[in-house]
Amino acid sequence: MKYISEFRQHDLAKHLAQAIAKTVDPNRHYRLMEFCGGHTHAIFRYGVQDLMPDNVEFIHGPGCPVCVLPTGRIDNAIQLVEQHDVILCTYADLMRVPATGRNNLLKAKAAGADIRMLYSTQDALKIARDNPQRQVVFFAIGFETTTPPTAVAIKQAQAEGLQNFSVFCNHVLTPAAMQAILDAPQPVAIDAFLGPSHVSTIIGSRPYEAFADRYRKPIVIAGFEPLDVMQSALMLICQLNQGRHEVENEYSRAVTRDGNQKAQALTSEVLALRDSFEWRGLGLIANSALKIRAEYAEFDAEQRFEMPAIQASDVKGCECPAILRGAKKPQDCKLLGTVCTPENPMGSCMVSSEGACAAYWSYGRLR
Amino acid sequence: MAVTYTFPLNLKSAHIDLSHGGGGRAMAQLIDELFIKHFDNDLLRQHNDQALFRVPAGRMVISTDGHVISPLFFPGGDIGSLAVHGTLNDVAMSGAKPLFLAAGFILEEGLPLADLEKIVISMAAAAKAAGTPIITGDTKVVERGKGDGVFITTTGIGSVPDGVTISGDRAKPGHAIILSGSIGDHGVAIMASRENLQFTTSILSDSAALHGLVAELVTALPSEIHCLRDPTRGGLATALNELARQSGVGMLIDEASIPVKAEVKAACEILGLDPLYVANEGKLVCICSADAAEQLLAIMRAHPLGQDAAIIGSVIDDPHGFVQMTTAFGGRRIVDWPVGEQLPRIC
Repeated sequence: MKYISEFRQHDLAKHLAQAIAKTVDPNRHYRLMEFCGGHTHAIFRYGVQDLMPDNVEFIHGPGCPVCVLPTGRIDNAIQLVEQHDVILCTYADLMRVPATGRNNLLKAKAAGADIRMLYSTQDALKIARDNPQRQVVFFAIGFETTTPPTAVAIKQAQAEGLQNFSVFCNHVLTPAAMQAILDAPQPVAIDAFLGPSHVSTIIGSRPYEAFADRYRKPIVIAGFEPLDVMQSALMLICQLNQGRHEVENEYSRAVTRDGNQKAQALTSEVLALRDSFEWRGLGLIANSALKIRAEYAEFDAEQRFEMPAIQASDVKGCECPAILRGAKKPQDCKLLGTVCTPENPMGSCMVSSEGACAAYWSYGRLR
Repeated sequence: MAVTYTFPLNLKSAHIDLSHGGGGRAMAQLIDELFIKHFDNDLLRQHNDQALFRVPAGRMVISTDGHVISPLFFPGGDIGSLAVHGTLNDVAMSGAKPLFLAAGFILEEGLPLADLEKIVISMAAAAKAAGTPIITGDTKVVERGKGDGVFITTTGIGSVPDGVTISGDRAKPGHAIILSGSIGDHGVAIMASRENLQFTTSILSDSAALHGLVAELVTALPSEIHCLRDPTRGGLATALNELARQSGVGMLIDEASIPVKAEVKAACEILGLDPLYVANEGKLVCICSADAAEQLLAIMRAHPLGQDAAIIGSVIDDPHGFVQMTTAFGGRRIVDWPVGEQLPRIC
């Protein structure tokens, strides 16, 4: 597997581990937030922490799209299938995200709702074409990486005149989340960031420059392979030791400073900023999500079905909000492994394998 | 007395209809001209509702397995051969020599008879190759929409040689864990042939009957083999967790020693799956005394179904019963039970 196995090599990992061990200042503690769930997953799946010195700590960030979706939006989706009898199409890892009343999409499906798990927005379009008498709604989630395919689907639906297709748009923006973490009333102590990987292939590394400058935090755009994570950690440690706070790009094989401008243009043609959007764990964040532009309003499920804003509370005792901000670790949650397990997730961080709780529980709880 | 029917079964263009399950002449014809014709053996030809046979002295095992695979035909096999191999392997994982099979068919109205014939021929060939005749069976027909073409349940019985005691609760700290070959082939072959996943791969299902390989192992070292398990649904990770729980032990495996074909790795990478959790239908895990491991490994490698066999780890003492793995990258992690179906990740 060219371009993959090279980034999982044991020998190189050993060399990097030695380099990191030599570089760290034994008198200080390094708190590195890995922004993305992809990084969290890699750290646990490959056992990266075992190769790091004790004074380098990874703090798991909010970059897991399934984890930050608030309960109310899942409730919305369930209402949609139950009240309007639509075919709801979604990516598979949303299926077990908890909704109000211990419900989720998987249970709603078992109870008779027509919910289809798919791999691509193109599959949703095909379902709409094949079922002209049914309303088909694509439950769109994700950061900037999954946004362009949603925009493409909306444009295609318009070009084809597909009148039974719409999108329940929940796309969110990475820089806004980073800012929310740094601007929190009681900010979490973070020394530096491993910056998003796939997201940055779209938005480029430029959007992070303002953060590095304003908050004086080093940011290294880091790939999702374990060697990427280690190399990026080393680059952050060097910056911290030298008192620098710059945006550096470790993932240069895929990320440029300006990103994928074609995708950016396409996204902004179809989608526009929302004034405000609720994030699980981070609350309402201004300018942090996208909605469908007025020109494409007919494909907006929220308008077509007059979907209400639902305020829903998380399960009592669930520490997902604090974990998503980096304020707590999965092992600090009393529900972890008792009532909250991957089989019966109480909080969203236990759902996706990129969620900090699921990654810790499935791979890391021997520590 | 041979029964003749007005017209032979139209195997080219006809479909299963409700009369094929109605107990009348149409059902009798289906059984005669399809099942008995291909499964052909003395016991079946007696046309009884049961098969009568003499049993050997000693211990016997019985196992049953339902097969509900979609698609019915996949690279490297089909539901027919799989229904034979699946049950034979469950019988063989006790160390037994399988003797006979029984098969129950749930057919969905509308199933092309041509497809059913292909499945029956494939099943007959698999049973014949394994030396285990299908000696009794049953067919039912359900209305369109109430089945998935065809479901096949097979039951197998076998006899366990004296001196062989193999059970999932016999793993002890210090025992070695041997895997008979590369993992994930079956699951990837199935996923690649599902129509909503548009990727092609040259990977074939590993569906195969393992009792020949098992016979060689238990003949050579009958008392040194403690557990055998075929890592089917849920893959190697699930099989090891099951054995760890049954035996009340932990396991430590070494990722670098686990054979995975490059194509399987690549497909799993694309789909966001972990090969450790992907199904196999022609592999076994053997837990044996450490001293016997090298000899058993050599026997496996000399067998066509065990050429890529490897010692992948050992049983350890662990009050938590964790299956742990030293990653190829150099760290350590848990290999946990899977959660339901493996769901692809969005990014």
